Order: sequence, then C-alpha cells, then structure tokens
Amino acid sequence: MNEILEILSENAKTTPSEIAALLGKPEADVAREIKELEDAGVIRKYITLINWEKLDQSFVFAVLELKVALQRKTGYDAVAERIANFSEVESVRLISGDHDLSVTVRGKSMKDIAYFVAERIAPLEGVQSTCTHFILKSYKEHGVILTEKPKPQRLVISP
Amino acid sequence: MKQSLKSVSVPAWNADRHLNNIVRDMPPSGIRKFFDLVSEMKGAISLGVGEPDFVTPWHVREACIYSLESGITHYTSNKGMPELREVICESVRSDLGLDYDPAEQILITTGVSEAVDLAFRATLNPGDEAILPEPCYVAYAPDILLAGGVVKTVPTHLEDEFRLQPEDVAAAVTDKTRALLLSYPNNPTGAIMTRSDLEDLADVVVENDLLVISDEVYSKLTYSGSHVSFAQLEGMQERTVILNGLSKSHAMTGWRVGYALGDPAMVGAMTKVHQYTMLSAPTMAQVAAIEALQKGEEEMLHMKHEYDLRRRMFVSGLNRIGLDCFEPRGAFYAFPSVKAWGLSSEEFAERLLKEQKVAVVPGSVFGPSGEGLLRCSYATSREELIEALDRIEIFLSGL
Repeated sequence: MNEILEILSENAKTTPSEIAALLGKPEADVAREIKELEDAGVIRKYITLINWEKLDQSFVFAVLELKVALQRKTGYDAVAERIANFSEVESVRLISGDHDLSVTVRGKSMKDIAYFVAERIAPLEGVQSTCTHFILKSYKEHGVILTEKPKPQRLVISP
Repeated sequence: MKQSLKSVSVPAWNADRHLNNIVRDMPPSGIRKFFDLVSEMKGAISLGVGEPDFVTPWHVREACIYSLESGITHYTSNKGMPELREVICESVRSDLGLDYDPAEQILITTGVSEAVDLAFRATLNPGDEAILPEPCYVAYAPDILLAGGVVKTVPTHLEDEFRLQPEDVAAAVTDKTRALLLSYPNNPTGAIMTRSDLEDLADVVVENDLLVISDEVYSKLTYSGSHVSFAQLEGMQERTVILNGLSKSHAMTGWRVGYALGDPAMVGAMTKVHQYTMLSAPTMAQVAAIEALQKGEEEMLHMKHEYDLRRRMFVSGLNRIGLDCFEPRGAFYAFPSVKAWGLSSEEFAERLLKEQKVAVVPGSVFGPSGEGLLRCSYATSREELIEALDRIEIFLSGL
C-alpha cells in the first residue's frame, strides 16, 4: 500500500513535513505526491471522526435496507445515485444478500428520519421495500473504538 | 536446672549476617534513581520505557481468555507445552534456517530474563569468566555474579556504531574465560551485528573455545536487512545458546514467556535449574504465545513498521536539533551523544527532566562506555516524540 496513504488514513492531520520525516523523504516530494493523489481523486476528502454521543445535542442515525428493482441499462446505479444526492444520506452501498442497497441516514430525531424515508425514499421508482434500523449505540467507527477505556499505564522507566 | 534465656548474652538481630554476600554487595540498578525522579514528575514525557507502547494484539488476549474459560490452568511439562515448542522450532527454522529438536533442544522460560539467568547458572563454575560487551542491558552482570562467575566487560564504541570488535574480545580472554554474551539488536544502543561482523568474531570464539550466549529478544525489530544469529554461522550452532521471546516482537512483555535453544546438553542443564526453580512457564502465557506465533505475523509486522517510521523521524529529529545520533538499525532505541554539550549523561538527563520534563536514561547506567550518551526509546507515540524533540530543542537552546 502507498505509505503516504497509510499514514493519512490513520491521521489526516499529519503534515507533509511530518510524513517526510517518517518516511525519510524530502518534504517537497511528499507534498507533490499528496497533491497528485488529491487531483486524481484517490484522496477524496479529509474528514473528522466525531463521537457525537459525547455531546448533549446529538444526531439520530439509521441504516435502511432497500430492495430495489433492477433497471434496464443502469442496473442499480440510477436509483443509488438519486438516493446519494439527499443531504440526509451519509452512505449508500450496494450489498450482497437478501436486500440490495444499504443506506445510512442522519437526522435530528427519529421522526425526522421516519418522515424522510416515507416521503423521499420509499416512493422512489424502483424502490420495492424499505426496512429502517435505528442505531442505538456506536461502538466502533472507521476502525476507531469509541468506547475505549484509557490506555493501561506502563512503568515510566524500565530497563 | 533450666537456664533462663535472659542470663546468656544473645547477639542482636543483624539482618546483614543472614544475607548472601553477592546479593548484599550488589548495587541497586542505576535506573532506579531515574524511576523515582520521573514518577514524581507530573506531565513528563518518558522516553525511558524499554517496552512496546502497543497493547498485546486482541486475538492473542482473546485466545488466552478462551483458554482460561476452558480451564487450561495446570502446570505444563517443565520444558513447556509441546505445541509451543514445535511452533517455535518451526518459526526458527523459517527465520534462521536452523533445525532444533522440539523434544531436546528447546526450553520455554518465564521471559528471556529467566533464560539469561539459567544460561549463566547452568554453564559457569565459581571463578569462571564471562565476557560482557557494554553498554548493555542491566541484568547480565548481576546474573553472572549470582551464578558465581566473574564479569569481564568489553567496551564498544560510537566510532564502531557499538558493534563488538573481535580484537577487544581477544584481549579480554584469559584461561578462565568460558562464555561470551551477545545481545544484538542491542539495548541500549540500537546497534546490530551484520553477518560479516559476526564472522570476524567467530574466529576468536573458536580459538578460545567459548560458549556464546546470544540474547536475540529484539531480533524481529531489525530495520536493515534481516537479523543474523551467531548460531547461523558455519559450525556455530552447537556453541550458541539462543535466547529469545515474544515480549518485544509481539508486545507481550507482561506475559513473561521466552525460550532457549541450543545443544541438548546445554538446554538439558538449563532445564534442570528451571524445573527446581520455576517448574514451568505460566500456562496461560504459553497458550497466548502459540496464538501469537501462529496468527500474529501481520500485527507484528504492523508494529515493526510503525517503529521504523518513528525511528526515521526521531533520529533525523535528534540530529537536526543538535544531538548527534548514529543510525540505530535495530530494537527501538536511539543512542544520541551529548558530548558536545559539556555535561555528563547523568547531569544532562537530570536537567532535561527537571527543566523540560522529558525523561531519558543516561547511557552510563548501561556501563562506562555509555557515558556521554543517552538512551531514548521511540516505543512511544509519534505525538509524544515530536513534543519531546521540541522540548529537548528548547533545553539545548538554554545550555
């Protein structure tokens, strides 16, 4: 795997100068390579992983399972892209198994999401059925354990 | 008539009279003083820790939990679980290309620390000399003394990147010399010995009929080329006792599981001492070790890669701020020189701790030739290493 991507995927805040020091490369080379990865769309965006549950005013998240009728020529793409355009939608994935699309939705309340599904998703042409699962608690996101306890202490000095 | 106890003069209790002389005269480890200083210091960044900052990979911990649930809590054979011995011999065959018989040539110990102690106790007679390259890990010399041996230190030098020089070993040999301890990749220097370095040494070893005790606990953390064991050299396998373990490679320091490999007579002798002192290594740790060796390769390589990234960043950082540091090619220590700054390593370390709250270990703790150098462990997070470099730079600007 590309070493720069590996470092950035762990921590997007790592600066080109830090990456250069870690890899023993000139900083200018690292900056150029990052620029190329951004231009090529390999690096899509730098985002922040937030543990919303730590805040009083949180969001409600739900996973929707959709059964979708395959369309001639476009397959699942047309309906998936229509769904992806809604700002409430966080992710859209085509999956194997007994339903077709798995969609994550973010809203301010359960009612919000329920209306969104009833008014925006369910009526879409091609969507045959929806099943909404509200997320009650998140334990791990993007490889980060959100419920992690403080790191166990080591001896401050050891031989 | 029964004599009253009060009427005879009873010597006052004198604990010293009941202590073994070698133990009584053994100075406390030089690390102790720093441990106390650092413990009292709030907000200090410690580069003084000689163990991984990673927690043991979850699959290893999980395998151990399952074994406890299954009730695998009994003693094992003195030599260790047969399955673990086989797994280790298999991995040594693949890493070093050496064959060891799991029935006769391997002993599972309670950490490499026990293996070091056993190796000296099983091989030295009172008055026998063991050659110890220094600077080195703090336990070797006391272990030699406790075995009744005599410590003959051989200094290694910055100019040689702390590789042991054969002529220095030759000069230290007397007719009482029996053993040579090797410890590469090295704690505290981060030095390694290449195949050709070891080959030069082999002549001296053979000429003087020495046993080589080779502590290779950092072998998996070798960053340029792959680790070479003295036992791999032509004809050297039978003269070498390899000591190794999972503490550093698999982040398993607290589990206490190590092993010794060697000639059946040598391993047999160590097993005798082990069976009367330790009986067997902790069973749950042996189960965990099997899991780590069978399924832990990927996580081990991931940790090694992270150390390597930090190594590059940290060593170039030290050189940039004015602490000259040769390139350490193994373990997870940098060993920069402070000689240009006019302070002894102990003064430097104490002032750095007090003024900028960064803890490092003075090289002198590891032997006289460590004077003027500092052991800095990069087994700590990148953020802490960057912060430590900033603080050291501020400290240097005030000198």
